[in-house]
Amino acid sequence: MLDTQNLDNAKSMSIIVTKGSLDWAYPPFILGTTAAAMDVEVTMFFTFYGLTLLKKDLNLKFTTLGNPAMEMPMMGMHMPMPNMIGMVPGVGAAAGKMMKNLIKKKGVASIEELREAAIESEVKMIGCQMTLDLFEYDRKDMIDEMEIGGAATYMEKALRSDINLFI
Amino acid sequence: MADQTLNAEGLNCPLPIIKAKKALKGMSAGQILEVRATDPGSVADFAAFCKQTGNELMSSSSEGDIYRFEIKRA
Repeated sequence: MLDTQNLDNAKSMSIIVTKGSLDWAYPPFILGTTAAAMDVEVTMFFTFYGLTLLKKDLNLKFTTLGNPAMEMPMMGMHMPMPNMIGMVPGVGAAAGKMMKNLIKKKGVASIEELREAAIESEVKMIGCQMTLDLFEYDRKDMIDEMEIGGAATYMEKALRSDINLFI
Repeated sequence: MADQTLNAEGLNCPLPIIKAKKALKGMSAGQILEVRATDPGSVADFAAFCKQTGNELMSSSSEGDIYRFEIKRA
């Protein structure tokens, strides 16, 4: 239970989550779970590709494409990951594997772990009904904790939140 | 003397905070949680966490690569 009920300074935050790749899944889940740990009432609204983060089976992918500043630590140096190499067959999968290994090695939480923490700390997770329809997702493939709503559901939360983020 | 100890060594942001919050939830007011972490960012993070949640950061110290925090549950 969040113990914000009787506090005058209780804070709230909403986050719109629009992206579902491994790297983009981190900021919303890190901020959402940390805010909840700091007694902030958190609502996360998952829409478009972000909705895939609420699937029961998470199989997050990672790509060098569209991440022009990316470089990976390697043998004490930093190796740039140009957009171009993302188009070479097999490189995307290798980069994803490399990233997941790095995450584990550095004691960084997995997205699965952060999502579990979000559920435990009662972060409200709303799945966008329109996105479910558009991409033909089945409700039963999504986690049970997902509530369903639309733009008005989000707006009602956002209008009385102290912080609103779009990620 | 701490009532409970949390070993958050090797864990990176935001896990030490999330695990500390979980531990504090199971404790009663006035009890002390000791957290041991290796994440250098946890020094600023535990100060911010305690300021926001009202739990008292009784001490924040380091020995070698280990950071140690004592938090009194509000």
